[in-house]
Amino acid sequence: MLSFIARRVLIAIPTLWAIITVCFFLMRLAPGGPFDGDAPVPPEILANLRAAYNLDKPVMVQYVDYMANLARGDFGPSFKYKDFTVNELIAQGFPVSAQNGLSALILAIIIGIPCGILAALRQNSVADYTVMGFSMTGIVVPGFVMAPVLILIFSIGLKDTPFQLPAGTWEGGAFKHRILPVFCLSLLYIAYLARITRASMIEALRQNYVRTARAKGLPFHQVVVRHALKTAMIPVVTFLGPGIAFLLTGSMVIETIFQLPGIGRYFVQGALNRDYTLVMGVTILSASLIITMNIIVDVMYGILDPRVRHD
Amino acid sequence: MSILDIRNLNVRFATQDGEVSAVNDVSLSLTKGECLGIVGESGSGKSQTFMAAMGLLAANGRPTGEILFDGKNMIGADEDTLNSVRGDRMSMIFQDPMTSLTPHMKIGRQLGEVLIRHRNVSADEARAQSLAMLKRVQIPEAERRLDMYPHELSGGLRQRVMIAMALMCSPELIIADEPTTALDVTVQAQILDILRDVKDRLNTAVILITHDLGVIAGLADRVAVMYAGRIVEVGDVRSIFADPRHPYTRGLLACTPRLDAAGDGLMTTISGQPPNLQKLPTGCSFHPRCSYVVERCKAERPALESIAAGRAKACFVDVRAT
Amino acid sequence: MTSINLTSPQPEALNAAEDVQGRSLWQDALRRLLANRAALVSLIILVVVGLACFIAPSFLPWTYEQIDWDRMEANPPSLETGHYLGTDTLGRDLLARVLFGGQISLTVGILATFVALLIGVSVGAVAGFLGGRVDQALMRFVDFMYTVPLTFFVIILMVLFGRNFILMFLAIGCIEWLTMARIVRGQTLTLKNKEFIEAARAAGGSTFSIIARHIIPNVLGVVIVYVTLTIPQVILIESFLSFLGLGIQEPMTSWGMLISEGAAEMETTPRALLVPAGLMTLTLFCFNFLGDGLRDALDPKDR
Repeated sequence: MLSFIARRVLIAIPTLWAIITVCFFLMRLAPGGPFDGDAPVPPEILANLRAAYNLDKPVMVQYVDYMANLARGDFGPSFKYKDFTVNELIAQGFPVSAQNGLSALILAIIIGIPCGILAALRQNSVADYTVMGFSMTGIVVPGFVMAPVLILIFSIGLKDTPFQLPAGTWEGGAFKHRILPVFCLSLLYIAYLARITRASMIEALRQNYVRTARAKGLPFHQVVVRHALKTAMIPVVTFLGPGIAFLLTGSMVIETIFQLPGIGRYFVQGALNRDYTLVMGVTILSASLIITMNIIVDVMYGILDPRVRHD
Repeated sequence: MSILDIRNLNVRFATQDGEVSAVNDVSLSLTKGECLGIVGESGSGKSQTFMAAMGLLAANGRPTGEILFDGKNMIGADEDTLNSVRGDRMSMIFQDPMTSLTPHMKIGRQLGEVLIRHRNVSADEARAQSLAMLKRVQIPEAERRLDMYPHELSGGLRQRVMIAMALMCSPELIIADEPTTALDVTVQAQILDILRDVKDRLNTAVILITHDLGVIAGLADRVAVMYAGRIVEVGDVRSIFADPRHPYTRGLLACTPRLDAAGDGLMTTISGQPPNLQKLPTGCSFHPRCSYVVERCKAERPALESIAAGRAKACFVDVRAT
Repeated sequence: MTSINLTSPQPEALNAAEDVQGRSLWQDALRRLLANRAALVSLIILVVVGLACFIAPSFLPWTYEQIDWDRMEANPPSLETGHYLGTDTLGRDLLARVLFGGQISLTVGILATFVALLIGVSVGAVAGFLGGRVDQALMRFVDFMYTVPLTFFVIILMVLFGRNFILMFLAIGCIEWLTMARIVRGQTLTLKNKEFIEAARAAGGSTFSIIARHIIPNVLGVVIVYVTLTIPQVILIESFLSFLGLGIQEPMTSWGMLISEGAAEMETTPRALLVPAGLMTLTLFCFNFLGDGLRDALDPKDR
């Protein structure tokens, strides 16, 4: 098991390196730079700026410098938020994104998986069609449509009623303020989890060993929980692995709409401002999380199905 | 005193292309300690008859008629009643040991949970009894196997585990659905020995479902032959083998290779395809493949009629005379 | 076995037999598709939406960028002014904008899917057919691409090389081909050892001609299904980027931009949000239902 993880981590390093390198050279080779804003900057100031941010050296030198700093865990200074390093920005934004993402994840798991199981156990019933209808809606309707519409209903339509849910102002931290962003973020995941769980549960219930378990006289709920559930969770875990990575690194759309100071919004702002170091930092963070989660998913396979043991 | 009494059982499946009758008007009974062999091709309804008895039909299957287990009707019984019988007084061994054990549970737990469910014993006690049962079905190094997962065992061992699982609560009836089909010939013989031992020592009634008459010969007391969802011939095992009265039974016997019989060395087969349950022929379902067919067979279905003590057949033709 | 052969048309039927059987396979699929009400209704709606987006704007009294100088604020719908769905806060005709936005979103959707199709089918067919090292290398690359946060890359590309229409669909197309390649490779692997391919090879067909004339026509069914499901995904990505201000730029517009503009003024003019959001959602639903219907129609084994 340990050697399996070690091997996977060893493979992950070149992958991450490739992503960073491609990203780095794309940015350096692109026309225009971070400092060509709306107002033209005098050449001598521009030269100073470029020197200050290490941009006057040959690209290869910049690359080696960047990688060396990265190896020490230093993402460099932000090009636009002049007084901050990228590390500081991520340290501010990540807790917000992660908190929002974790809440959405928990909500998605406690709603999506049970709904999927229910739909599978009552296949072709009204409950099944209802769950699948909502799930289809959640998958098709994008967050940037769902969120404004929900704000329109709950923040504007129900204004001055007890049901009003404020949009935005995360910092206050009041529970009420977090309902809409968390719910909007979790919708897609609820929908996918319900659909995936339903399909894999139906498949699991068809297995011969579930019939054996029923022939033993076990009550149906025990058959489902003990014998079918574990196998049915394999596709769910496959989906959740990268899903968790995306949730934790923050949703660009939800954070922009609700003005949450998370890394998703930093990324959008960074991209709009050509803040290269910030964009690189968030991309690297996200890629590392995805890679880590994929390794965790592979480890989980071994736990869920002893036939896939890694030794 | 009969332990299982099936009366006028019909099983129909609702499918996209309409309703399919898998079992038609089947009546059978079985006394305590008896072994009944059920023979037929795939699709003859032999498995579905006993899936209905266990309450394990697929969701689109509807049984009608009566299946009395120790006097209680299993058809229409609620899930709790079925669960109190299944695994305790009546248990089943399935055809494919490779897929019939839960892959993510250790053998010991899969065996033990039957006892915990029906006998309410402690986990330690369940483990001890599971170990004893594994030894009884002659599994070598039984202690070690308890902590193994099914995929770590060979097919033959897994089928022994299945048998052990079925025996955990010393049931009065075991239904063995093609218990040896998926196994090597040498392993088949060992599994049959274990079943014979169980039947003799525990006085358990056994239903042995198979398409292989050879399997039946050594174990069954009586035989019922099924074709297209109906019983076409019943009788005690000796007379069925010595003197088959239904053309289909004769065909099956002729298909079974015999080392002692002098022959031309050619394998005999029954001509034609197994019947399509959605488009059964008129009259006797077997008539298109039957070499004794007469005009009447095409129009009228022969009823299962007694021909001697304990023997019945569903055929118009007196096969001996031809 | 017999029953399977009877009910599911084997891919060879398309090729080995002449037109007669080939046509009957597609006719069969068409019949099944027409019997699926959700798919049929979706197809009709999509045709109507498509015609409306591409043809109707030229018959409207206002164009999408024309400002009605007499009414430079949000106006309610009215037949007299020619603003059938009213105007936005700048006095621009909402209906014309939504239809033009749809034109851009649908065009990006179709062009990017076409790019994804070209790359995906070529990579998949080549990998599956050649096998060996080529296959391994290509599939490793696909695996690698799966672990890359691709939307980030599209955003980086858009920002770096200017937010223009052509780059937009090229960039999206370049990240949407992965699944297509996997599916086509799988299909090709199963086709590769079929008799008619062996026959073509024995007859001296070159690798390229075998792929072009025998493999690709036979994976067409799966590809059509997947194309139908990729278009809405691309529309989503495009709208997502435009919503964030990272996609299409003024004066051009697309559904995502309109939704973003509408969201900004939804307190006063909710229809500026609801009209583009509704039309886009309807289109996405229809593509999904149509894709599911096509899957059932072209691949009866799955049912």
